[in-house]
Amino acid sequence: MKSGSNLEKILESGQFVVTAELGPPKNADRRVIDKKAGILKGYADAVNITDNQTAVVRMASIGVGAMLVPIGLEPIIQMTCRDRNRIAIQSDLLGAYALGMRNLLCLTGDHQSFGNHPGAKNVFDIDSIQLIRVVKDMRDEKKFQCGEEIAVEPRFFIGAAENPFAAPFDFRATRLAKKANAGVDFIQTQLIYNVPKFSRWMEEVYDRGLHERVKILAGVGPIKSPAVARYMRDKVPGLDVPNEIVERMEGAGKGIEDKKARAEAWRKAGVQLCVDIINQVRQIPGVAGVHIMAVEWEEAIPEIVPLAGLYPRPQV
Amino acid sequence: MIIGEQKSLEQIKAMLKDYHKVLILGCGTCVTVCFAGGEKEVGILASALRMATAIDGDAKEISEATIQRQCEWEYIDPIAEQVRQADVVLSLACGIGVQAMTERLPDKITLPGLNTRFLGLPMEQGIWSERCAACGDCVLDRFAGICPIARCSKNLLNGPCGGSHDGKCEVSDDIECAWQLIYDRMLQLGKLQELEQVQPPKDWATGRAGGPKKIVREDLRI
Repeated sequence: MKSGSNLEKILESGQFVVTAELGPPKNADRRVIDKKAGILKGYADAVNITDNQTAVVRMASIGVGAMLVPIGLEPIIQMTCRDRNRIAIQSDLLGAYALGMRNLLCLTGDHQSFGNHPGAKNVFDIDSIQLIRVVKDMRDEKKFQCGEEIAVEPRFFIGAAENPFAAPFDFRATRLAKKANAGVDFIQTQLIYNVPKFSRWMEEVYDRGLHERVKILAGVGPIKSPAVARYMRDKVPGLDVPNEIVERMEGAGKGIEDKKARAEAWRKAGVQLCVDIINQVRQIPGVAGVHIMAVEWEEAIPEIVPLAGLYPRPQV
Repeated sequence: MIIGEQKSLEQIKAMLKDYHKVLILGCGTCVTVCFAGGEKEVGILASALRMATAIDGDAKEISEATIQRQCEWEYIDPIAEQVRQADVVLSLACGIGVQAMTERLPDKITLPGLNTRFLGLPMEQGIWSERCAACGDCVLDRFAGICPIARCSKNLLNGPCGGSHDGKCEVSDDIECAWQLIYDRMLQLGKLQELEQVQPPKDWATGRAGGPKKIVREDLRI
């Protein structure tokens, strides 16, 4: 065992893993965390705590992680390279480990121009692949990035993201190989709505044997409404939302006049869409689990997981 | 070269509000080539300021001069007398020129009339693009001649990130994804396998992170 985390244990046992996402609030109210944790507990093997996602200031990922550890909901700390240099990152990781956190997701981070402080100075001292190597060397070599020894090393289960749909498509499996070479243990992919394209990427991943070196969790997520589907199709860089997904969402609300009933029909369709995609990606060789991203819609997780036949979660 | 862009007339007028005799000083090198602060731009700005300040009821006395390089003492010295006669100098050079003037002629205040934008080149008439971040440790040999420090919005050494789409950067469709360019050129050169290598963290101390820099060449010292 590298970290002994619940996530690592379940992946090692060969059982299909479910991770979810807990978005920290844009304020200092810990009741938000308690509420969201209450919804997610029991339905995911570990939950990602986003790190100032889309460069919007939110409660610190490690701070939220510290609240989750005592209540038994295992956090996956997201760490971006946008806001911290190698000094701050390594320091934060020592603290996170001492507070009981065991999983880490290494990210480059969205550019600050997307967020609520577009005039901020970014850092990008290291990139996500270099961060993977830094965390691995801390764990396995007991060394800081500068080469100095660490007496008590932080032992994280190291994750990263990969976007099978970003350009250049032909380089994406190679980039995953780079992450594997850097020492990543698991990957959570970008949201998958184009399953055939994801399959093609997975085929290359499988042919290269990368799935044996790195556990691949397929990123999935429910869609709340046709408007959200259209927004994701047209406006979100790096997402691939085929027209039939938008049409399926539009179809769900057709003929329903009552606004509330229509919204409910959309939500139901969005949840079912997510369940269907989970069932499809489960069949793809090399997929070790799913990462369900229900952004600001944590209530969807206790619906999706049982519907996908993934409840109850294994105890290891 | 250094690419500059003139400040707005409003900003310039606000900077000059406490002065009457203004010397607008152009530079004959980079900012002339990028049409931001050469002799021609000095003339245009001088006319605009004369008219604008007259309309405002505070007509300023504007004089004009352009020297070959504002970043070298030997070109600054010959205009010392002209500078002395003005209340203030409005420099249309880059930030280096403004500071060279300040250091060489410290009795006079020199104000910046343009913003020093970046190190780059003209792409076509009226369009300039950044190419170098002066990081102090050139990596172009490793990236097929395309700089990921200056041209990737996140200066990734192991790109591209997940925001690359249709050859464009996630920050703006006006920005080419440097990593798409690197990938395409590596492919063309048959060197794609070199991109599989994990690039280690960069030592940023050779650039801005290392503090103000200075080069001493003993072989050239007298």
